Amino acid sequence: MIALIEANLPALQVVLPLVAAPICAMLGKGNRAWAFATFAAFLTFAISISLFIATYGGEVIPYEMGGWAPPLGIEYRVDVLNAFVLMIISGMAALVLPYARRSVALEIPADRQPLFYTAFLVCMTGLLGVTITGDAFNVFVFLEISSLSTYALVAAGAWRNQRALTAAYNYLIMGTIGATFFVIGIGMLYMITGTLNIADLSTRIANHGDSSTLRMGFVFIFIGIGLKLAMFPLHLWLPNAYTFAPSAVTAFIAATATKVAIYVLLRFMFTVFGFDYEFQAATLENVLLPVAIIAMFAASLVAIFQDDLKRMLAYSSIAQIGYMLLGLAFLTPTGLMATIVHLFNHAVTKGALFMIAGCYILAAGTSSISGLRGIGRDMPWTTAAFVVGGMGLIGLPLTVGFVSKWYLVQAALELGWWPVALLIMASSLLAVVYVWRVVEAAYLQPAPEGVTRKEAPLSMLVPAWILVGLSIWFGVNATLTTTAASRAADVLIGSSQILWEE
Amino acid sequence: MTDASALLLALSIPTAAMFLIAAAGSRPNIRDGISIVASIATFAVVLRLLQSVIGGARPSVTLVEVMPGLVINFSIEPLGMLFATVASGLWIVTAIYSIGYMRGAQEKKQTRFYICFALAIASALAIAFSGNLFTLFIFYEVLTISTYPLVAHKETPEARAGARVYLGILMTTSILFLLVAVIWTWNLTGTMEFRAGGILEGHIDPVYVPFLLALFAFGIGKAALMPFHRWLPAAMVAPTPVSALLHAVAVVKAGVFTMLKVGTYIFGVGFLSRTGASDWLIWVAGASILIASVIALTKDDLKARLAYSTVSQLSYITLGVALANQMGVIGGSMHIVMHAMGKITLFMCAGAIYVAVHKTKVSELDGLGRKMPVTFICFTIASLSIIGLPPFGGAWSKWYLLLSAAEAEQLVAIGILMLSSLLNVAYLLSIPGRAFFAPQKGQAAVSGGVEEAPLFCLVPICVTALGCIVLFFAAGGLYEYLLSIPILPEATP
Repeated sequence: MIALIEANLPALQVVLPLVAAPICAMLGKGNRAWAFATFAAFLTFAISISLFIATYGGEVIPYEMGGWAPPLGIEYRVDVLNAFVLMIISGMAALVLPYARRSVALEIPADRQPLFYTAFLVCMTGLLGVTITGDAFNVFVFLEISSLSTYALVAAGAWRNQRALTAAYNYLIMGTIGATFFVIGIGMLYMITGTLNIADLSTRIANHGDSSTLRMGFVFIFIGIGLKLAMFPLHLWLPNAYTFAPSAVTAFIAATATKVAIYVLLRFMFTVFGFDYEFQAATLENVLLPVAIIAMFAASLVAIFQDDLKRMLAYSSIAQIGYMLLGLAFLTPTGLMATIVHLFNHAVTKGALFMIAGCYILAAGTSSISGLRGIGRDMPWTTAAFVVGGMGLIGLPLTVGFVSKWYLVQAALELGWWPVALLIMASSLLAVVYVWRVVEAAYLQPAPEGVTRKEAPLSMLVPAWILVGLSIWFGVNATLTTTAASRAADVLIGSSQILWEE
Repeated sequence: MTDASALLLALSIPTAAMFLIAAAGSRPNIRDGISIVASIATFAVVLRLLQSVIGGARPSVTLVEVMPGLVINFSIEPLGMLFATVASGLWIVTAIYSIGYMRGAQEKKQTRFYICFALAIASALAIAFSGNLFTLFIFYEVLTISTYPLVAHKETPEARAGARVYLGILMTTSILFLLVAVIWTWNLTGTMEFRAGGILEGHIDPVYVPFLLALFAFGIGKAALMPFHRWLPAAMVAPTPVSALLHAVAVVKAGVFTMLKVGTYIFGVGFLSRTGASDWLIWVAGASILIASVIALTKDDLKARLAYSTVSQLSYITLGVALANQMGVIGGSMHIVMHAMGKITLFMCAGAIYVAVHKTKVSELDGLGRKMPVTFICFTIASLSIIGLPPFGGAWSKWYLLLSAAEAEQLVAIGILMLSSLLNVAYLLSIPGRAFFAPQKGQAAVSGGVEEAPLFCLVPICVTALGCIVLFFAAGGLYEYLLSIPILPEATP
């Protein structure tokens, strides 16, 4: 029995939340749906951990879905890179769901809660599926599963603020355009190679050599995923979606959805198109590099002028995505490593901060910064968590943000790209400004007259503090994350060490 | 107790004190008692370490590997030991003084104050004991963050604005320049270790050395090299004990200490003088010394005047590094001690005046000398020490800096040091001069008699003023000790 489970772990990773989702819908009102979803998330997390342990040393686990051999059948393929991302997704779900109970109880009517948890599990299934699969078309399918459920989850914020509906609709339109671009790109690759299996695509494209169809395919996929990951200037859907979604949803998708899209980008660029594909290298240097830097500055600047905490954090996310894209655009092992380690580091930091925003909404009824004046006294634990999380966002030493920034700057200096190194630092100063605005309001300004606020419940504080603790832990001892990230970077580079034939 | 465990103990006492103070928050007497006991205990442990270091021991402890190759390591060498002794010794004095001041001035949120104070001391000690540049950078940032609440303590709009400037400049310089310099050094050499004779020689194209030095010199914002000095006067909105300990001793000295460390153990003074990479810094530091002195002359606010005086005095130490010879390092290190003792006295006097008669401006001090004779005598002693007259400690550090300038054949530097002493006379001695000899104005003249600050304030002032005199006679021993700072690379067998 155990051997059977072990052999099928890759399939179970996706199937478990997928099966749990409809069950959740049937459990009816009350806390049963929540408890069941949480239980499923814990199991899924356990599976992710065991997959990560199994691949940490550099092993690859291939899995043939339904016993159909690839490239005809669908193949799941777990290596250290996607095991790392799987762990982020299911780990975040396992933390967000316990947190969600109180927050969801406030923000969503009781009769809709089972459906909410169903959508949550479906979303998680989609994200896990995108990450684990070794089949390009399957990536598209799972991407749509996660996106469609996310649209519903964002719209669920409508009970708190009607604008969630337009935010979700906006996201739906942009997301669908992205998905369409993506699938057209995959179609072009299929035209050239006649296969959809990623490993197979990789060798066949290398043998095929460069062509205008391949270039078109690359561009379509690049833009399609760019929309999904909110690459500047394709980010317009993100601020509203994050602001108006229910708190638990924001915490979950901010920590996972864009990270998964970055993963897809990495996988396609380096495994499918290859590390040494010249057209891609030129695109990265001439398009992605400037775009990433503009994102770092423009989004941070906008964040400084936001009054809503969630909106500020959303813009900060766009800037942080800029960091990840920058690491990628360096096209060096250190740069890739910086990107991958920042996937994790940013997930932890931003997950924590959005959870804290949710705590404020629950306890103070507002997430506007001017409404949070003097809240450090009433909600000391929540606000302390915000300060530490904010330090992670800035990238101060002893937090995870510092580790990411260290490698990012190191990658820039290795290339001798001086100005870029200084720009990275300059943009993190903008983070000081927007984080400190909140700190100042919370601690140094008198509370508005006649408000009563009390500390957030433990069920919300504990998950937030776990994430904050992780941000400190992996900031002080980053051996695990950096090793995993550097091995993952090796996987990406190693998988594309196939010579090109012109 | 082994040296290594003493090292950890010295760091953990203030850290533990932080939690104890937090726990005793509702009982002020116990809370303040903890802070005094902790400061004495820390100083005792530091003295115990000093004894070992003088005996030749170099204890070292590695805590954790943060990233591959980058470890948090504490190793003691003579320079760091000196800074640790100064910081922890003066903590006792300030701890006692704070009680008098904070209660006398009826400040709010005293528990938060003492917590942050203990954390700041812990990070200053961690900086002093840092075994590598990476560790030093980490605690440099911790010190910035932990002192922010102290600067913003009063929570008034001015305090918020001052604290914003403080955090803004220190963060900007450290993130934008210092961190880049640290990572650049790591990329070049693959090590972060402080090594006698420096680590950079042979790893860097000499053309780039001045640039890297500039990143360090301006990146170490706590050294307040112009034009990144604005945070220091801005931080004067803080309660006086903070200005006294942190902005005359711990924070600013952490800055110049880092400068000395980087100059001696990362670049190596030999490497700097051979490449001439630090020549430009002599001019910048010199300009900083003179301009800050002139600005100090124009300030009527007592604390602002002292702040600009600090900016000027700190650049003496940077100048010592820029002169790039052994005398420069010795003079600079000695000036850490001498200036700390003098400036803390001056700040505590300023605080005593505020507590006793609520005056903050130089122009309001006329005739106060008769009312507060002890305070103003101490003020005079400390001023003379900072000016550099015998028989006060400050004379020696200036002497060695002059020797260093002569050795480096930098006549400009000699001229700057001379001129600066004159300016010091003008802006410092005019204060007790007015207090003692100018006639009293207005209604203050009516009330006669002596009216000093509380004893908790007065005793520490007398102790440090006396210290200024003692240091003059102790300078010989100090010089011997400072000779043990390794300047040349260790001979490889």
